[in-house]
Amino acid sequence: MTTDAPTEHGQAAPAPPNQRRPIIEVDHLGIRFEQVTALEDVTVDLYPGEVTCVLGHNGAGKSVFIKALCGVHQPSSGHVKLDGDPVSLDSPRRARALGIFAVHQDLALVPLLSLWRNFFLGAEPVHGWGLFRQFDAGYARATLAAEMAKLDMEIGDPDRAARTLSGGERQAVAIARALYHGARVLVLDEPTTALGVQQAATVLRLIRRTAERGTAIVLVSPRLEHTYPIGDRFLIFRRGHLAEDLRKDQVTRDQLSEMLAGGTERDQIEAALLEESPDDVIDDL
Amino acid sequence: MADRSIALWGFLQRQNERAMQRPEIGSVTAAALLFIFFSIASRGAMVEGSTLARIFDTAWPYGIMAVAVGLLMIGGEYDLSAGVMVATAGTALGIMATEWGINIWLAALISLLICLALGAWNGIMVVRTGLASFIITLGTFFGLRGANVALSKYFTGDALIERLDEAPGFDSLHAVLATAFGTPPEDFRVSLFWWAGFTVIASWVLWRTKIGNWIFAAGGDPTAARANGVPVSAIKIGLFMLTAAAAWFVGVSNAVRYTSVQAGQGVGDEFFFIIAAVVGGCRMAGGYGSIVGPSIGALIWGIAFIGIPQAGWDLGWRWAFLGVLLLVATLINHFVGERAPSEHGDY
Repeated sequence: MTTDAPTEHGQAAPAPPNQRRPIIEVDHLGIRFEQVTALEDVTVDLYPGEVTCVLGHNGAGKSVFIKALCGVHQPSSGHVKLDGDPVSLDSPRRARALGIFAVHQDLALVPLLSLWRNFFLGAEPVHGWGLFRQFDAGYARATLAAEMAKLDMEIGDPDRAARTLSGGERQAVAIARALYHGARVLVLDEPTTALGVQQAATVLRLIRRTAERGTAIVLVSPRLEHTYPIGDRFLIFRRGHLAEDLRKDQVTRDQLSEMLAGGTERDQIEAALLEESPDDVIDDL
Repeated sequence: MADRSIALWGFLQRQNERAMQRPEIGSVTAAALLFIFFSIASRGAMVEGSTLARIFDTAWPYGIMAVAVGLLMIGGEYDLSAGVMVATAGTALGIMATEWGINIWLAALISLLICLALGAWNGIMVVRTGLASFIITLGTFFGLRGANVALSKYFTGDALIERLDEAPGFDSLHAVLATAFGTPPEDFRVSLFWWAGFTVIASWVLWRTKIGNWIFAAGGDPTAARANGVPVSAIKIGLFMLTAAAAWFVGVSNAVRYTSVQAGQGVGDEFFFIIAAVVGGCRMAGGYGSIVGPSIGALIWGIAFIGIPQAGWDLGWRWAFLGVLLLVATLINHFVGERAPSEHGDY
C-alpha cells in the first residue's frame, strides 16, 4: 500500500484495498459546456464496498462529476468504464439500468404518495393479465417492509404518506429503494445536509452498512465531520480538476480540512465565475 | 368479554380513522345530510320517484365530467374548456349528421377525433409552454365558445341544430346512449349506468394500476416523478384527452337524447365540474383525491338543484348554495388534509 504524502497535484491513484476490481473506471473524463470547461482530465476508479467522498468548493466540478456518473452530463472527452467495458451513460434512465443510482435530498420521494407507492414509483410490480393487469399493492407493501428490515430501519405503516417521514427516514427509504432496484453504485448528493445530529448519524450508519455489503458509494457533502468518519477515500476537486485522491490512511481530517480551506480567494472567485448554471439534474432528464 | 369489547372498540376506532382519512368522506357525508335536509324541507317530496329521477338526470352529465376532471386535477391540471367542449362535440355531430347526411355513428366517431385533438392541443400546450393550464384552457374555452356558434351558423344557418333523429343510424345510437327505463315522470336514463361504470373504471385505474400511481405522482411532485422515470408529460396530455373524451360522451349523449344541439351551450359548466371535483376531495394543486368523491360531488349538485325548488325556495339560491358549498368543502378538505397522517386508506 502506498503511503505517499499528499501532494498538491497528487494524481496517482492509490492502490485498492485488496485485489477487487474497480466497478467504475473514469478515464481522462472532460466535460465542456460551450466555451466553459467544467471538468478536465479526471481519472479515478471506484471500488465496490468503498465510500468515496467528493469534496470541493462550489463550482469546483464535483457536481458535474457526479452528474456525469448518473448520465445527466455527457463526456466531451475521455470515457467511463463499467466492469472494465466502456459504457455510454446517455441518460439517468440508462445509468439506472446499469446499476448507477442517484439519491437526491429533495427529489427522492413524492410527499403525498404512500411509502409503498413511492418505493415502486416508475417500476410498479403488476399482476393479472391484459387489461386487468394491476399494481400489486400487497407485494409492494410486503417488499417495502422486508427491504427496510434488511437495513434495520423501522418506518411503520407502509400506507403513511412520505411527507410524514423525518428527513432521515426519507433518505433511508430512498436508499433502500435504490438498492432494491439494483443499485451497485449509489451516488448520494448531500444526504445529511438538512438533518439534525441524531438523524444524520442514522443515515451515515446506514450508508456505511450499505457500503459494507458491496455497494460502491459516492458521497457528496460539504460537511467533513459527516463524511470523514465513514469515508474510505477522499477526492478533492479544484477548478474542474481532480486535485487530490487520498485514502483515509494517507490523510487526517485536519489535513483535509486545511486542503479544502486552502484555495486562495482568487481561486474561489474564479471557480465561482466558472460555476455551471445551477440547473436541476432533473431538467436534463 | 371485556377484552373482546376492547378489541372490537379498537377495531372500530381504526376503521373510523381510516374512513375519516378518505378523500371522499366529506362529499358522502354532505350528500347524505343535504338529502335528509331537503327531504324534511320539502315535506317528503324529495324521496318520490319522480324527484329522484330528476336529481339523477341533473347530476349525470356533471358526474361523468367530474370523473375525468377529477383525474385531471389529481394529475395537477385544470380544464376550463371542458364545458364548451361538450357543445363542440354535439355541434360537430349535428352538422355532420343533419347537414351532410353522414351516418350518425360515423359522425360520432369523427366528433370524438375532433375532441381528442382539442384535448391533445390543451395538453401539449400546457406541457410544452409550461404555462398554467388555467391560461391555456381559458384560451381554448374562448376559441371554442366562438367557433361552436360561428361554425354552426356557417354550416346550418342557425345556432340550434335540430332533427338529429332523421340521421341514418340514429335509433341504435339513441338506444346505446339515451334509453329510458320507467315511465315519465319516473324515468331513469341509461346514462346513469354509464356514469356508474366510468366511476368504477376510473377509480380502479387510479388506485389499482401503474397509470394511477403515475397520475398521483405527476400531480403531487412532477419533478420527483420524472426523476423516477414517470412519463409526466404523456400522463398530463393523456388526462386532457380523457377530459375531452368525456365531454364528447356527454355532448353526443345529450344530442341524441334531445335530437337537437344548442351550439352556445356549456358556458360556465366547467366550474361545476371543478366544484364537483373539489367537493369530492381532489386537491386543487394535484397529487391527491379520489374518483368516487367527484361523482358524489356531482350528485350533491343534483340534490341541491332539485331540492331548492322542492323546498319552495327561490331558484337564485342554487348559485349561492354552490358558492357556499365550494368554500366549505375546500376548507374542510384543507384542514382534514393537513392533519391526515397517511394515504387516507387505499381503497
